[in-house]
Amino acid sequence: MATRSTAAATASRKAPKGTTAAPGLRDAVVVGGNRIPFSRAGKRYADASNQEMFTAALEGLVARFGLQGERLGEVVGGAVLKHSRDFNLVRECVLGSSLSPQTPAYDLQQACATGLEAAIAVANKIRLGQVESGVAGGTDTVSDAPIAVSEGLRRALLAASHAKTLQQRLKALARIRPGDLKPLTPATDEPRTGLSMGEHQAVTTARWGITREAQDEVALASHQNLARAWESGFFDDLVTPFRGLTRDDNLRPDTSAEKLAALKPVFGKSLATSGTPAEPTMTAGNSTPLTDGASAVLLASRDWAAEHDLPVLARFVDAETAAVDFVHGHEGLLMAPVHAVPRLLARNGLTLEDFDFFEIHEAFAATVLTTLAAWEDDEYCRTELGLPGALGKVDRSRVNVNGSSLAAGHPFAATGGRILATAAKLVAQRAAETGRPARALVSVCAAGGLGATAILESA
Amino acid sequence: MTDSYTRLVNTGITKTLAKRLGLPRPAVLRRYAPGQPLTVGPVLVLSDAASKADADRVAQALLAWDLDVRRDPVEVRADPGRLGAAVLVLTELATPQDASEAVLATGSVLRKLAPQGRVVTVSRARTAEDSPELAAARQGVDAFCRSLAKELRAGATGNGVVLTDGAAADSTSALGALRFFLSARSAYVDGQLLEVGPTDAPLPTTWDRPLEGQVAAVTGAARGIGAAIARTLARDGATVVCVDVPAAGEGLARTANAVRGTALQLDVTAPDAGARLLEHARARHGRLDVVVHNAGITRDKLLANMDAARWDSVVAVNVASQLRINAQLLEAAERGEVSGLRVVSLASTSGLAGNRGQTNYSFTKAGVVGHTAATGPLLAAHGGTANAVAPGFIETDMTRAIPFATREVARRLSSLLQGGQPVDVAEAIAFLASPAAAGVNGQTLRVCGQNMVGR
Repeated sequence: MATRSTAAATASRKAPKGTTAAPGLRDAVVVGGNRIPFSRAGKRYADASNQEMFTAALEGLVARFGLQGERLGEVVGGAVLKHSRDFNLVRECVLGSSLSPQTPAYDLQQACATGLEAAIAVANKIRLGQVESGVAGGTDTVSDAPIAVSEGLRRALLAASHAKTLQQRLKALARIRPGDLKPLTPATDEPRTGLSMGEHQAVTTARWGITREAQDEVALASHQNLARAWESGFFDDLVTPFRGLTRDDNLRPDTSAEKLAALKPVFGKSLATSGTPAEPTMTAGNSTPLTDGASAVLLASRDWAAEHDLPVLARFVDAETAAVDFVHGHEGLLMAPVHAVPRLLARNGLTLEDFDFFEIHEAFAATVLTTLAAWEDDEYCRTELGLPGALGKVDRSRVNVNGSSLAAGHPFAATGGRILATAAKLVAQRAAETGRPARALVSVCAAGGLGATAILESA
Repeated sequence: MTDSYTRLVNTGITKTLAKRLGLPRPAVLRRYAPGQPLTVGPVLVLSDAASKADADRVAQALLAWDLDVRRDPVEVRADPGRLGAAVLVLTELATPQDASEAVLATGSVLRKLAPQGRVVTVSRARTAEDSPELAAARQGVDAFCRSLAKELRAGATGNGVVLTDGAAADSTSALGALRFFLSARSAYVDGQLLEVGPTDAPLPTTWDRPLEGQVAAVTGAARGIGAAIARTLARDGATVVCVDVPAAGEGLARTANAVRGTALQLDVTAPDAGARLLEHARARHGRLDVVVHNAGITRDKLLANMDAARWDSVVAVNVASQLRINAQLLEAAERGEVSGLRVVSLASTSGLAGNRGQTNYSFTKAGVVGHTAATGPLLAAHGGTANAVAPGFIETDMTRAIPFATREVARRLSSLLQGGQPVDVAEAIAFLASPAAAGVNGQTLRVCGQNMVGR
C-alpha cells in the first residue's frame, strides 16, 4: 500500500491517487494555525472570557500571517460551554480583532468536535469556491462558564415578565421555592443517561479490557511527547502566549509511570453494579483535565495562499462524521470516530498503513486505546462496522507524536484547532524531510455519541 | 509620556513657581510628525571665510527644501522673529585662528534661537595627513560643538556633521545628516558629531516615507524600544517583520498588528536565526532591506558577584547573536539574496562610558560598537551599511525599575535635563536605515540628550 501511494504521489503532486479531489472541487489547504497556551481551569485564565480568548487566538493568527485589515471569507468557531450573551461569539471576536470588520462569521457547536467541524465547514466552502479563505477554531472556558438559574426560578421569572398586572406578577413570583434559588452549574453529563463522560468511557474501557498500565503508558507518552515538542520549538509558530502564560500549564514534563500509577481511579463507580463487574482504571492522570483555551486555523484556496505569499502546510483532503447509539448501551459514548474512519478511508481509497501520523484526541487515554483495539478486532469490525475483517493495526509510534489532550489539556471546542494545526505542520515537516507526501488522520470524539474525523496530506 | 517633573515645570502654577525659583526646567521636546515644518523658524547659514562656497551650496540645498534661509547675522538679530536653526559651515577651516568670526557670529544669534531650535556644524574629520594646524582646527570643532550644545536651552540642540574622505558639503551624506539634525526626528540627539563619507546614492526627493516599499526586521519588537522602532519604521513606509522570543509572543502580536506587519517568534540566539529571519522576510514579503538588532537583556551584578549564567546569557543575546545573524546575512548578500542591506544595532552609553554593576552589559554593548565598525565595510561591498545607536537614559519598563533617586539623577544628568522616549531611539534608527544615510557607515550615534556620562 505504501509503495502504491508513493508512486502515485510522484505522478501528480496536487492529487495523488487515492485521495483525488472530487471532480469540480478545488483544494482547501491549511496555511497555519495559532492557539493560546491551554490552562487548567481556575488558573491563569480564571477571569478570561471565551470572547477574550478566541480574540487572542485570532490576533496571534493575524499577526503571524499579516492579515491586518484582510477581509477573509469567513471565520467559523464556537464554544461548548457558552453564555447566552455570546449569541454571536465568533462575529464579536472578529469585530474585536485586526481583521477587516467585513469578515463574516458564524457560531457552530458540535461538543468536543466543534473545532474540527468548523474546519470541515470552512474547507468545504473553499473547495466549492464559495470562499477563498477562512478561519476555523473554537474556545472554551470552564473557569468562566455560564451559571444558569434553576428551571423553577427561570419559569417564575419568565411568567413574571409576561404578567400584565402587579397581582399577576406577584402570583408568578410566589411560585418560587427556596430550592429554586440554587444556581445550576453547567454539567457535561449526558442528558439521556445521566452519566458523566468518564463513567461512560469507564464502561467502554472495561468492555475492551483496557488495562490501567496501558492507559498510564499513553498518558506518560503524551506528556513526554508534548514536552519534547515544546523544547524543540515545534510550537514557536503555532502558539502565542496569553496573559503571561507561555506554555500549556497542564504539561508535566517530569511525570513518571510511578507517579501516574500512584493516582486513585476517579471514574468507574458504575462498574461494580454493571452486568460485568470490573476494577476502575481511569485516574486524573489518564483522563483530560478541565481546561481553558482557544485555537484558530487558517484555511485557504491554493490561489489565495499564493497571492498572499503564505505557506501551505497541508491539503484538507476529506472528512467524515459519525454518531453511535450509546443511549441504549449498544456502543460506547466515544466510539463514533471508530465508525467514521472506515467510511472515510474507503471513500478515499486508503488504509491505515497509508498514514504517517494519527492524531487521536485523548479525551481519555482509554479512548485512544479502545479506538485502536476496535480497529484491530476482526469480529467487531465485521459485525459493528460492516467490514470484511479488521480495519487494521495502527503503528503506535505514529500516534500523537507531539502529545495530545492528556498533556496539553482539552478546552473542548479548542481541541480541534490544536490538533489540525499540529497535524498540518507534522505532515509538512515530514514531506520536507523525505521528499515524499505525508498523511495524517485526525480523529475527535465528542459528547452525544458524536465523532469527527479528517485526512490531511502534505501540500 | 513626559516624566512628572518635566510636566510639572511646564504647566500651570507650578511652571510659574519653577521659573521664580530658578529650578531647572526641562523642555517638552518637539517630536516628529509627518507633514510638520522641518524647523521651527528660519535657518541662518554661517561659515568661516574659506568655507563660504560650501556654505553657499548648503544654503542652496536648504532653499530647495523650502526653508527660509538667512545669511546675515545682523539681519537675524534685527528681525523680531525667532531663529529656527543656525548652520555653521567650517569645512575649509585651515587654522584655529580662522574660526573666530564665524563662531562669534553664531554666538551673536543664540539669544534669538527659538525653543526647540537647532545649531549644526558642518566640518571635516581630522586625518593622518593633516598638517598640525589643520588637525588642530578640525579637532577643535568637535569640542566646540559639544560645548555649545551644553549652553543651549529650551529643547534646542547642537550637533555636527563631520565629512570624511572628501565627501562634499552638499553631498547626499552631508545633507541627509544635516536634515536629520535640523528636524524633530533628532529631538533627543544632542552634542553629537556624526561622521559621513562619500556615497553614490542620490539625495531623496521626498522625505515623508523614506522606507516606502522596503522590508525591515526588528528584533525584540514585543515592547519598549523595539515596539517603537517597529512603529517608526512602519510610519516611514516599511513593512516590518517583528521578531521576539516565543515567550514574548503576546506583545509581539500586538506590535505586529499595530504596524500591519508579521510576527516571527524566534529566539535570536538560535543557530539559524539569521537564515530563518531572512527566509521569513523573503517568503512573505519578497525581500529584506533593513535589520535592526534591538533584542537585548541585562543581568546586572558587580563583577565580584558575577556568575557564568549572567555573563554568558548577556553575551549570547546582546552581541553573539548579532554577529551570527550578520554573518548569515553577509552570506545571503554573497548569494545575491539581499542587497543594499542596512543593519542598525542597539549599543548603549554603558558601552561607551561603562557602568557600575554592568560589566557584562557594557562589554557586549561596546562589542556592538566594535563589530559595527568592522561590519560596515563588509556590508558596503554589497551596497549596505552597518551602524549603531547608543541610547542614554530612555523611559522604558527597564529604566522604570531603577530606584527613584538613581533614576532622577540619571534623567537630569544631561543637557536636555530629561530621559528620552523610545521613539527618540527609533527615529535615529529610522534615519540610519533611510536612503539619506547612505554615507553613514560603521558609526555609533548616541541618543542620550547629551548625557554627561561617557565620551
